[in-house]
Amino acid sequence: MRTPSTGQMNPSTTSVAEPLLLRFYRDMLRTRYLDDKINELVTQGVGIMQHSTRGQEATPVAACAALEPGDYMFPYHRGWAWAIGKGMDPKLVLAELMGKKTGYCKGKGGVHLADWNLRVMGRPGVQGAHVPIATGIALAVKMRKEKDVVICFFGEGGSNEGNVHEAMNMASVWKVPLIFVVENNGYAVYTTTKEAISVEDIAQRGQAYNIPGVIVDGNDPEAVHGAVKEAAGRARAGGGPTIVEAKTYRIFGHMTADTFYAGGYRSKQEVEEWQKKDPINRAKEKLLREKLADETQLAQIDKAAREEIAAAEHFAKESPFPAKEELLCQDIYVD
Amino acid sequence: MTAIRDTLLEEMRRDERVFLIGEDIKINVWAVTRHIVDEFPDRVIHAPLSESGFCGVGVGAALAGLRPVVEVMYLDFVLLAADSLGNQAAKYRYMCGGGKFKVPAVFRIAGGGSTRGAGCHHGQALEATLMHYPGLKIVYPSTPADAKGLLTSAIREDNPIIFHEHKLLYRMEGMVPDGDYTIPIGKADIKRHGSDVTIVSYAWPLHKALSAAAKLAQGGIEAEVIDLRSLRPLDMECILKSVEKTHRLITVEEGTKMGGVGAEIAANVAEYGLQYLEAPVKRLAAAEWIIPSSTYGDQLGLPQEEDIVAAAKELVAF
Repeated sequence: MRTPSTGQMNPSTTSVAEPLLLRFYRDMLRTRYLDDKINELVTQGVGIMQHSTRGQEATPVAACAALEPGDYMFPYHRGWAWAIGKGMDPKLVLAELMGKKTGYCKGKGGVHLADWNLRVMGRPGVQGAHVPIATGIALAVKMRKEKDVVICFFGEGGSNEGNVHEAMNMASVWKVPLIFVVENNGYAVYTTTKEAISVEDIAQRGQAYNIPGVIVDGNDPEAVHGAVKEAAGRARAGGGPTIVEAKTYRIFGHMTADTFYAGGYRSKQEVEEWQKKDPINRAKEKLLREKLADETQLAQIDKAAREEIAAAEHFAKESPFPAKEELLCQDIYVD
Repeated sequence: MTAIRDTLLEEMRRDERVFLIGEDIKINVWAVTRHIVDEFPDRVIHAPLSESGFCGVGVGAALAGLRPVVEVMYLDFVLLAADSLGNQAAKYRYMCGGGKFKVPAVFRIAGGGSTRGAGCHHGQALEATLMHYPGLKIVYPSTPADAKGLLTSAIREDNPIIFHEHKLLYRMEGMVPDGDYTIPIGKADIKRHGSDVTIVSYAWPLHKALSAAAKLAQGGIEAEVIDLRSLRPLDMECILKSVEKTHRLITVEEGTKMGGVGAEIAANVAEYGLQYLEAPVKRLAAAEWIIPSSTYGDQLGLPQEEDIVAAAKELVAF
């Protein structure tokens, strides 16, 4: 098994003894503040293809926490929880989003974030395109008899793409170590699941491919973590792929221009109902209720998260852009 | 086809990361990869009918450090995989900022040569379509020796590369160098030297150009026939040097004319070699047609040897 070189410490795993829920809380909060910061930058005129995470922080954070450092992760367009969850540094994330050469992809990829050491495998801008690619990585892992697992995220809307179906069939036939994590938030931009999807649950689609599917509360990080941990164990033991469907909801619109209830495709009431189920608040309440953390600790975490994101913004804004030749001529080919 | 099969075997023996994936390749409709599975049972994988998916799988396996040789059974089907090739394979490295992200995958595609009534979905020469994506490399051998040299280079190439194969050339016989033999990607080959007119072609039409050149020689016209070998990068240096000498240029291809390979070459010469020309550039290509499904019809729209001869005479007389 190839293990990644420890290029950077994952800030979210600095304390091994702390309760898992506390780690989730910290990473969800960092995700929230990073997302808020990006929203702010967009309103300032910075060109970022932002698809806010708000409300959906739990699933990717918890799913990534169930992985080993050498496991491969394919993100998708929604938010930044997978970035924080896999150990990405907000400084380098923001620098990349702002097109600076200090960013993860030297300012070339922008939202198509990637980092080899962290096994963040890039994010195609075409829905579903990454799913067969993830299957290819998993096939390579199996061929080399390695024990890594590959996880790929997508939304319920994206699960309609032909590539996803082709990939699921191949992943199942070849029994590769792959976990499909589907965040079902009920909407693909302005289209409801009822209008576009022929089944009630995406996990059900696994039946067509002989892949077990589990459904979890996507706003409960502990539930997500459990399901992904089990799927990873299955995959590592040679049991093949699993679909984990996380039921969740996005509080903000699909993209920045989609302000709240644009055109009335969803109701204010629905959004407010889901705000009551906010994963960060729920985690905080449980931590306090079960005395897993106290107010002081939580306040410290909050402060640290805010400071981290502020420092990240500063770093990103101070960083230089790449030179024209770097952008136009380098890294298109391996020379 | 033997040259291709032997090259695949040699490279698979040389580098354990090389593996094959495609539809039916254990037996293979083109008989190219037939029996390779006997020697490498774990490294020849049957893909389901999922062109977009399995080309994506090739991208992933390459990212993970293997060296897949993916087969697409017909160039016509490659349109199903347009995203996997044009958006993913081509752009993955750049999008991730280079570094350790690379896609050393070969995509072997059988194209051209609609015969025996195979029709419009089994015989197109769509290679020009794939030329539009920086990040990809594209080669197209016209002889068994070039097939070996280019395929060896393609497999050892760290960038995603399309390796076109012309169906009618599978049966072609020719001398193939033994041992380790590579041809640099991006270099054309002058298959016949001459000084009166330059004919640029590749694959099946190249051989029509060579026959035409032999006929023209009888009439005192010496044609220089250039075999492109590589579509991206395109060896314009070789072509311009030739046109500087001959002052006349004909391009011959099997694909349709608009936006074709000849169009790119002609534009380049107009831009960088206008002063060399003493006659207009002549592009011979398929009619703007849809290939009929009949043995009667499927050759009618293609440039033939007599068309090349006529074009050369016309340019010389200009």
